Amino acid sequence: MKKGKFTLVENTALVPGMHRLTFSGDGSGIVPGQFAEVAVPGYFLRRPFSVAGFDGGSLTLAVRVRGEGTAALAALAPGAELDIVTGLGNGFDLSAAGERPLLIGGGSGVGVLWPLCRALAADGASVTAALGFNSGTESFYVSDFAALGARTEVYTADGSRGRRGLVTAALGDFEYSSVYACGAAPMLQIIDREAGAKAQFSLEARMGCGFGACMGCTVETVNGPRRVCKDGPVFRGGELIW
Amino acid sequence: MVNTAVNLCGVELENPVIPASGAFGYGREFAEIYDINCLGAFAIKGTTAYPRFGNPTPRIADAPGGMLNSVGLQNPGVEDVVNVELPALAKVYSKKVLANVCGFSIGEYVSVAERLDAEDIVGWIELNVSCPNVHGGGMSFGACCEGAAAVTREVKRVTKKPVIVKLTPNVTDIVPIARACADAGADGLSLINTVLAMRIDPAARRPVLANVTGGLSGGAVFPIALRMVYQVYEAVDIPIVGMGGVSTARDVIEMMLAGATAVGVGAANLTNPFAAKEIIEALPAEMEKYGITNLVDIIGGAHNG
Ligand SMILES: Cc1cc2nc3c(=O)[nH]c(=O)nc-3n(C[C@H](O)[C@H](O)[C@H](O)COP(=O)(O)OP(=O)(O)OC[C@H]3O[C@@H](n4cnc5c(N)ncnc54)[C@H](O)[C@@H]3O)c2cc1C
Ligand SMILES: Cc1cc2nc3c(=O)[nH]c(=O)nc-3n(C[C@H](O)[C@H](O)[C@H](O)COP(=O)(O)O)c2cc1C
Ligand code: FES
Repeated sequence: MKKGKFTLVENTALVPGMHRLTFSGDGSGIVPGQFAEVAVPGYFLRRPFSVAGFDGGSLTLAVRVRGEGTAALAALAPGAELDIVTGLGNGFDLSAAGERPLLIGGGSGVGVLWPLCRALAADGASVTAALGFNSGTESFYVSDFAALGARTEVYTADGSRGRRGLVTAALGDFEYSSVYACGAAPMLQIIDREAGAKAQFSLEARMGCGFGACMGCTVETVNGPRRVCKDGPVFRGGELIW
Repeated sequence: MVNTAVNLCGVELENPVIPASGAFGYGREFAEIYDINCLGAFAIKGTTAYPRFGNPTPRIADAPGGMLNSVGLQNPGVEDVVNVELPALAKVYSKKVLANVCGFSIGEYVSVAERLDAEDIVGWIELNVSCPNVHGGGMSFGACCEGAAAVTREVKRVTKKPVIVKLTPNVTDIVPIARACADAGADGLSLINTVLAMRIDPAARRPVLANVTGGLSGGAVFPIALRMVYQVYEAVDIPIVGMGGVSTARDVIEMMLAGATAVGVGAANLTNPFAAKEIIEALPAEMEKYGITNLVDIIGGAHNG
């Protein structure tokens, strides 16, 4: 965990209501699947976001506008300086990937899979990225996955881009050695049921601190209560009691 | 050179800054990022006889200048605290903790306090009397003089360490309750716990917290906490740990002027994990700014008018 000042260098509306925020600042020491806690000027609690890109000198977040805090972030102009805590949470376990990892992302959950895809591709795995959206006009980050050499497949609920249907269909459409997922709870539940111990997924919860001190974000697991922010946000298939 | 040392119920503190119960876990997460031996002391998460999951989630909400929590005393139970958490803490922390004790009956308070009293690392027992009394119709022990006094008296019988009773602000008048605890043998008082509050999600037309209500803390409650510390200081002769919304060295000085001997820092640690350390580091310069040489000299200093 590190706390530092970050300067917004780019704010791109990928699709309406979905912003990619790129900051300059200390992006070192981050593992794919970790999240950052952003202090939004005017709000008391920090807002948690998965890290959708990082390197030694930059940090990228993919932010969906949901309430006031995210709206304030989406409205920031380049040059804005923010206080961000990085390196939070456990991150994905890459050692469990095997040769054919399948990445399944839904909506704003797509972003966190990109640094993972990059790391897995660098390890020589042949990665499939299944990205689900409501419609083609809401899809984003697709070419970014393709650019990493991943087999990239889009699923839309209305069939307006790629395959029609739920992104969880990818579990039947592709062979996989492991599954990494981020998205809405119902989607993760299906993956938990079908892929079991081969799956890892990133969870969301209301957070107070984001580093394990307040017990705000607890979920029930087969191993007892666990903190999403510290023991997660990545949990294994079979671990959660939904 | 300024002197930040204070004495809390017979135990010397290098400085008055004490991370508050529930906002500092068992110290572990903070010890990963700074040397927590810089603290005056700290209060561990409220401990009950048996493990508790706490309330349903969501149990955190944002608020103007603060936050709400309805965590509901999630903790691993006193046996695990004694066998796992405190030994792990002792490896990185050589000072004392306030053992925050909760119970849903007087018997539970007594047994948990007795168990923790035997631990070397425990310097004080902090009785959180905000828990609902399951035998007394669910009203919190701390909401009436009789309940607060009864818990204090019974716990005093089984403990050797100083007992600090932590008062709830959710009462019409905190002063008689403070007096009742002092009369029942409390060695000190800490205040305030969180202020009962709620948020509503306008889109869902429902309370944000699954528990409907929760406790407000953070800067928003600072003036309320300060007022209560000021009032209680006039009414009792035992030391007070003042808390509620403290987030700067200046807040520490205000709390002490109101009558606090030591000062708790809660929610500020959650939004800035370095908050307690930064407050401690800023304290000497802040003292110099106000011409303070010995911090103990200002305790209750605002009452001399
Ligand atoms: C580990 C983690 C990773 C996340 N990654 C992303 C991401 O990559 N991209 C993205 O767009 N969103 C992500 N989220 C969700 C994001 O944190 C919320 O959408 C955001 O906090 C909403 O803030 P707000 O002020 O707009 O909403 P408001 O509803 O006004 O917020 C009020 C309070 O509720 C909290 N809150 C509201 N909705 C959520 C939620 N769904 N999850 C957690 N807290 C919430 C806020 O943080 C704030 O404390 C993530 C959440 C977690 C826990
Ligand atoms: C997340 C959270 C959990 C808390 N848990 C406890 C607890 O277990 N026992 C207790 O006596 N007080 C608990 N408190 C209250 C604090 O110790 C403190 O009295 C209160 O928050 C006011 O201080 P603050 O405004 O600095 O946070 C908790 C507060 C927070 C924010
Ligand atoms: S958000 Fe505080 S413990 Fe997880």
